Amino acid sequence: MQRISELHVNGTRHKIDAEADRSLLSVLRDDLDLTGSKYGCGEGQCGACTVLIDGQATRSCITRVGAAVGKRIATIESLEKTGRLHPLQEAFLEADAFQCAYCTSGMIMSGVALLSKNPNPDEQEIVRFMEGNICRCGTYPRIVTAIRKAAQSMKGGGR
Amino acid sequence: MSKHRAMDESFEPERYELMAESAYQFNFELERRDFFKLLGGGLVLVFTLDAFASQESGRQGGESGRRQTGQSMPKEIGGWLQVAEDGSINVFTGKVEVGQNIRTSLAQAVAEELRMPIASVRLTMGDTDLTPFDMGTFGSRTTPTMAPQLRKAAAAARQVLIDLAAADLKVEPAALTVNDGKVIDSRSKQSIAFGKLTKGQKLLKVIPDNVSLTPATEWTIAGKSVPKVNGRDFVTGKHRYTSDLKLPGMLFGKVVRPVAFNASLGAVDIRDAERMPSVKIVRDGNFIGVAAPDAHTATLAADSIKAYWRSEQQPSGKELFDYLRKQATASQPSARGSIEEGLAKADKKLEQTYTVAYIAHAPLEPRAAVAQWEQGKLTVWTGTQRPFGVRAELAEAFRIPEDRVRVIVPDTGAGYGGKHTGEAAIEAARLAQAAGKPVKLVWTREEEFTWAYFRPAGVIDVSSGARDDGTITAFEFHNYNSGPSGIQHRYDIPNQKIVFHQSKSPLRQGSYRGLAATANHFARESHLDELARAVKMDPLQFRLKNLKDDRQSAVLNAAAKAFGWGKTKTGGSGHGISAGFEKGGYIATCAEVSVDRAAGKVRLVRVVEAFECGAIVNPDQLKNQIEGSIVMAIGGALFEAIDFDNGKIVNGKFSRYRVPRFSDVPTIEAVLVDRKDLPSAGAGETPIVGLAPAVGNAIFDATGIRLRSLPMAPNGLKI
Repeated sequence: MQRISELHVNGTRHKIDAEADRSLLSVLRDDLDLTGSKYGCGEGQCGACTVLIDGQATRSCITRVGAAVGKRIATIESLEKTGRLHPLQEAFLEADAFQCAYCTSGMIMSGVALLSKNPNPDEQEIVRFMEGNICRCGTYPRIVTAIRKAAQSMKGGGR
Repeated sequence: MSKHRAMDESFEPERYELMAESAYQFNFELERRDFFKLLGGGLVLVFTLDAFASQESGRQGGESGRRQTGQSMPKEIGGWLQVAEDGSINVFTGKVEVGQNIRTSLAQAVAEELRMPIASVRLTMGDTDLTPFDMGTFGSRTTPTMAPQLRKAAAAARQVLIDLAAADLKVEPAALTVNDGKVIDSRSKQSIAFGKLTKGQKLLKVIPDNVSLTPATEWTIAGKSVPKVNGRDFVTGKHRYTSDLKLPGMLFGKVVRPVAFNASLGAVDIRDAERMPSVKIVRDGNFIGVAAPDAHTATLAADSIKAYWRSEQQPSGKELFDYLRKQATASQPSARGSIEEGLAKADKKLEQTYTVAYIAHAPLEPRAAVAQWEQGKLTVWTGTQRPFGVRAELAEAFRIPEDRVRVIVPDTGAGYGGKHTGEAAIEAARLAQAAGKPVKLVWTREEEFTWAYFRPAGVIDVSSGARDDGTITAFEFHNYNSGPSGIQHRYDIPNQKIVFHQSKSPLRQGSYRGLAATANHFARESHLDELARAVKMDPLQFRLKNLKDDRQSAVLNAAAKAFGWGKTKTGGSGHGISAGFEKGGYIATCAEVSVDRAAGKVRLVRVVEAFECGAIVNPDQLKNQIEGSIVMAIGGALFEAIDFDNGKIVNGKFSRYRVPRFSDVPTIEAVLVDRKDLPSAGAGETPIVGLAPAVGNAIFDATGIRLRSLPMAPNGLKI
């Protein structure tokens, strides 16, 4: 079995020792203690495990760690910079776009990916892009509001 | 009326649905040697046996110790809250946070009575060693019972702080006020911070019975839209749910699951797993599991075990409703007047049957636990709504007294009534005991779908009669298995008979957000819509005519007004309305659907829901709960159903069990009816009960097709 010895996560090269066919999610959580990304289904259906790989929203639970080697991986832990939240994190707080919040990391990472592609998505575009993320508490309307708010506040040079 | 009350009390609606029986019994054999080792020697054992005896005598019914009684509440202030030296307030409650935002609302209650910033109030929740005993976080009881309890403790603390300051400043207590964490003498302009007054000592004063609480009309912190107090921890991913915890030397556990429900374990071949280094294998009764240094190895080891299970033929989904009717046992009618006479006076009569499927809670965080044994004491972190109940389950499973078990509940990834039991906690603890190291066990989604419990399925027969002027003359209602919650209503009907029949459920069933109120409201409010149509009356006017409860009528009118009830509809669309009452709150729901008959598609376009739950504690969080309830209700109303066959779940994963997603969400308007003159009722459940009938009634309005089974359109609308 091929073993993976290095992973580029949140701007840092991390030494790891993991079998290549383990899920990226388990390596992030168990080996690197980056537990912001969550396990929700293990089949890429709920989006709780969403991370960015080279900027693309990716379901880390069905991504082999071997497939992420040499790529830039970003998790929820990377968004807060020197005590400042990402505008989408701020917008989630403002809109109270969570209840139990177990889906929140995945929602925010998916939202960040959307906003990087489409800085001003309308409601339909948000719904289409976010359809793979489940919020069982049902805060979807607030998440849509949060993404719209973040888009507004990011206009003119935000992240 | 007295008969209604008798029924409510004898049936204890909450209790009925709480009794999720264990899916498999943990009759651990626990080698005798291990047992002694666990308890740390003979001296402890003497103590243990005493505690055991008292525990046994204090327990009623046995059933996993779930019916604990005789647990006393602290009477002194210090049992509920303490003033830290820095002046912040530490509050202790056995309630747990599972997304209903009570960490925030309870902090508001305490901050209000102590007249201090909410940021200075910290809650310790759901820790059996630190917080007072609590039955559990269910039944929307936090707001009506825990909030007043903490409010009283805080108000009493305020008085003690004033008295202490009065002694220090040598002034009359009446001359002093409290603001911003300080006691203030407005004449001398002197003030003393809370922390200086108590110096970190516990307040031992007993909370007076007559302590006066701030009325809702004077609230300045409660009653306001305070955001989630620890929201930042969630948007940054910093919050540690149970499944995120890590202890030094911790192993990862995995359970080998039976092939079907009620199966017993026969021969087991563990040779492959035994060859794997550092893997601990535990077989104990019907339990077989492994612990390994990492989750991957644990899964490989569990998968390598060949277990042979014996199981018997069991009922399947296709025969469910006949089965529930045939197995019906106990029934307690609540009746008044005479159904016969009522029907004789009716111009129109109806008789219909409604059904509801089993559905899954599917909280996004599956069951998880981290267990650690230290000197014979067991500590388990787990996401449960009943920390003290799970403590009792653990004590029973391991035959140790409850005071040697500590259960800690980190803020949890939802429950919806689905996390009352301690399966994962027991499994992790058994593995940790055998391994001699802490063990983390996280259920997979498939395990959560299969080995948790379900919202009860049910069959409901309704017959009724009404006069052409819209007066309901007779109403008979029989609910088989789904439960008695919300079975009573606020309509004024002279002749009625309402019966809940317990039955034998093929699947393990238990509590679910709103319990059976969803099923009972669906049957009743759909049926009333049918009756209104039979007498050619507007469904809103029909309801108002038969109501004598102003609070119920008020929410109906509020919802109808905001919705624009009675306005013209576009082609293919339909409007539906429903009313409801549950857990002290009144609800009315209007729904607009759009039906594409050619494609067989139903789209929920708009929902307006008016809710009155007394004095509103936090308007925005209340709206959040209403919106969330409506979204969750869409699943049960239109497409969620557990499919099972001979003791196996057929659709136990998200790719096969559809839950509401972004595109399912309609425009939602929550209309809040604030009654500052009434005590606050809980709000996490009741807003879920009205959606299904409102949607069913709207579908009928659009198509003339009456759907009487939940879910109503699992594969679209078959026309």
